[in-house]
Amino acid sequence: MQEILSTIDTGTIEWSRAQFALTAIYHWLFVPLTLGLAVIMGIMETCYYRTKDVFWRDVAKFWQRLFGINFAMGVATGIILEFEFGTNWSNYSWFVGDIFGAPLAIEGIVAFFMESTFVAVMFFGWKKVSAGFHLAATWLTGLGATISAWWILVANAWMQNPVGCEFNPDTMRNEMVSFADVALSPFAIDKFCHTVISAWIIGAVFTVAVSGWYLMKRREVPLAKVSLKIGAIVGIVASIGAALTGHHSAYSVAQVQPMKLAAMEALYNGGTDQSLTGIALINPFEQPDYANQEEPDLKIAAPYALSFLATNDLHGYVPGINDIIKGGYINAKGEVELSLDEKIERGKQAITALASYRQAKKDGADETSLASQLAIIKENMPYFGYGYIKSADQIVPFVPVNFYAFRVMVGMGCLLILFFAVILFFVYRKDITRAPKWLYLSAIVMVPLSYIASESGWLVAEFGRQPWTIQDMLPTWVSVSNLQSSSVMITFFIFLALFTTLLVVELSILFKQIKKGPEYEQV
Amino acid sequence: MITYEFLQQYWWFLVSLLGALLVFLMFVQGANSLVWSLGTNETERRLIVNSTGRKWEFTFTTLVTFGGAFFASFPLFYSTSFGGAYWLWMLILFSFVLQAVSYEFQNKLGNMLGARTFQLMLILNGIVGPLLLGGAVATFFEGSNFLVEKNNITDMAQPVISQWANASHGLDALLNPWVLVFGFAVFFLARILGILYVMNNVNDENIRSRASVRLVGATICFLVLFVVYLVHLLLMDGYAWNPLTGDIMMEPNKYLHNFLEMWYVLVLLLIGVVLVLYGIVRTILSKTYVAGIWHVGIGVVLTVLALLLCAGWNHTAYYPSTADLQSSLTIANSCSSEFTLRTMAIVSLLIPFVLAYIIVAWRKIDKKKLDKDEITNDEAY
Repeated sequence: MQEILSTIDTGTIEWSRAQFALTAIYHWLFVPLTLGLAVIMGIMETCYYRTKDVFWRDVAKFWQRLFGINFAMGVATGIILEFEFGTNWSNYSWFVGDIFGAPLAIEGIVAFFMESTFVAVMFFGWKKVSAGFHLAATWLTGLGATISAWWILVANAWMQNPVGCEFNPDTMRNEMVSFADVALSPFAIDKFCHTVISAWIIGAVFTVAVSGWYLMKRREVPLAKVSLKIGAIVGIVASIGAALTGHHSAYSVAQVQPMKLAAMEALYNGGTDQSLTGIALINPFEQPDYANQEEPDLKIAAPYALSFLATNDLHGYVPGINDIIKGGYINAKGEVELSLDEKIERGKQAITALASYRQAKKDGADETSLASQLAIIKENMPYFGYGYIKSADQIVPFVPVNFYAFRVMVGMGCLLILFFAVILFFVYRKDITRAPKWLYLSAIVMVPLSYIASESGWLVAEFGRQPWTIQDMLPTWVSVSNLQSSSVMITFFIFLALFTTLLVVELSILFKQIKKGPEYEQV
Repeated sequence: MITYEFLQQYWWFLVSLLGALLVFLMFVQGANSLVWSLGTNETERRLIVNSTGRKWEFTFTTLVTFGGAFFASFPLFYSTSFGGAYWLWMLILFSFVLQAVSYEFQNKLGNMLGARTFQLMLILNGIVGPLLLGGAVATFFEGSNFLVEKNNITDMAQPVISQWANASHGLDALLNPWVLVFGFAVFFLARILGILYVMNNVNDENIRSRASVRLVGATICFLVLFVVYLVHLLLMDGYAWNPLTGDIMMEPNKYLHNFLEMWYVLVLLLIGVVLVLYGIVRTILSKTYVAGIWHVGIGVVLTVLALLLCAGWNHTAYYPSTADLQSSLTIANSCSSEFTLRTMAIVSLLIPFVLAYIIVAWRKIDKKKLDKDEITNDEAY
């Protein structure tokens, strides 16, 4: 039976995006706690190793049990993401697989095996290996998870800022020409630092919240006291670190993804001396009329702050959505930015020349003819993806999501610094075991809020680069697999039902385990 | 001199080795599929689950790395097979998702679904995983229904280069009886490995004696299916690739020719088969011998490695298309660029180091065999 769809089903694109978003959001519920708790339990086991006090071993074991429950879900949700590049984004997988596949393979060889080997030693090796070997296993589990984060964020950063590659018209794909540029791109380093540090915050908030609950209930006081202190120290360091790396990330975005920054800021018309919007009124359910509106209603902003954030200069030029569409300004590279129409035209020239080149080669055309086509391809390749764009609205991300998600992330980040500072005040200046109830309750409330902040960060990163799977190179509708939308819709709902059910079970087990508390071994 | 051609062959070897290790590590699935058969009460079932539970991450990670390595080295296979045989791969992935949480959740307080639900999930993965992964490997010889047209990327309406030529997206492979024969052969092989692993790893006489009986049944089923498929493979027409023209053509007895022309691969296959048979027969004949997993395990790695090398080396299309012969994938037309293969080849030098620390950790964890005392008094699922 031959049934090849002659055009891409638009439903397939939307369901594939929804499925990837769903699985990525679920995965990111578990990964930050894994990364964060890895640091916390590593510190605790180090205390045991140094003091030989069995109390610290019991504390470390308690947090490792909670780590294990969460870790299982991270693994379960993670396998899907890697394979989804192939199953749902097959054109993407060929077009950039030469570059994108490498970080994923290295992640498997270097990170996953380290993580999976030593996590078994960590859980089951307490009586089977020496204390030193066990401590190494605990830290190597965390290190494996962190190296894994490095490579997957290298891959993600490359999608946002494709570097170290060249298009090969003979193989019809992009090929890697510099591994160092891919693996050590500044964009990737910023992304890694900001993401991993923000994950430590989640681990810290979780530790402080569980400890706070024990203190509120007046139980497990010694464990709660030391855990809360370690959690709060990790938390304040990580929160300040997240703010600093966040500034770097925003600067990077301004350099390579100005449209994302414009959407984050709801900046319709840019210019010099731009202010950073604190709050403004934007309908959360529909795209604003950026073409005709000067700026959002009820905008309250900090003068010059956006220019400083984007250019490190209080008077720097920041393009708005309309500026990017119209072009004509000097961009971050110091070149005159082309208008969208010009980019579309040049993208089409690249695609047409590519088709002509392939046909000419098939027909056995002479070298001169091929060389002229190659020259057109090379000249216009930076705008290749724009050849598939039909109108301006296709290149503008959904502003409300970016605008509000960015503010939730930044607002929560500031609140977290304050929160950890207050906790540490009580730890060092007051008696944290007899703190007011509101403090313990606020610690518990901070758990869902910090998760919302963390997921908001990903919403900004991923919604903000729409419609591109690879910035300026490949839009989503050229990246997708040729599947019936019904197939993807069914798997979307299977994932939704499966992950939600497992999440509920995980939370139930986690709460029971916390309620049960640590097991103190008789000495 | 390390040429592009050498790197292509090298990466096919590495991917094949990973595939072979994955089949060996599916002893986890094989043992899990027998949880309710080898264990007659909850304690015995916990012993089996805890035994495989100390190793499941290796299988899982090898599967993920196998996918990642295929993506990095043969991206056209990744995009064609995964994007095309969507349902086949999704079913495999769903079963592995279920497995990943089943160990941790099953005996914990607060598990509202009950221990048996998660045992059932392990059994499901134990059956579906090897069967469908075996079926997917069989398509390397039997072919799949896809088209590849790289020029599509310049087509605004339909830019997708790899397309499945029917609506069942991979499930059609299960209508091919030879795919099923190979899939079930892998399934029973996983059971053999699982039984041998449990006999070696769990110190419990009741489980060992039951395992010994199950081993005979699984071996008979495996041997019949494997021999039938091997004969079919040696007699069937295969997909040959002409390196001068790039054309794919049918060649009678292609895979037989491959074994004869690559004698070293044939030797691997024969040594592998002999080791598998030796490990099984010795385990069946001796009541005290429990190290069969190592002979059979090494034998399985060599056998599967030989089969996968036969599928791709010696100018063979390793992922043949039954819809359009010229769309078939070969090592040369589906691989990454020379730069990427070379870079990844350097990374692959880390593999012996990774294997070394896995062996060290494995030996430390398995120094004392698992028994009822350990799951009662120590950390356990």
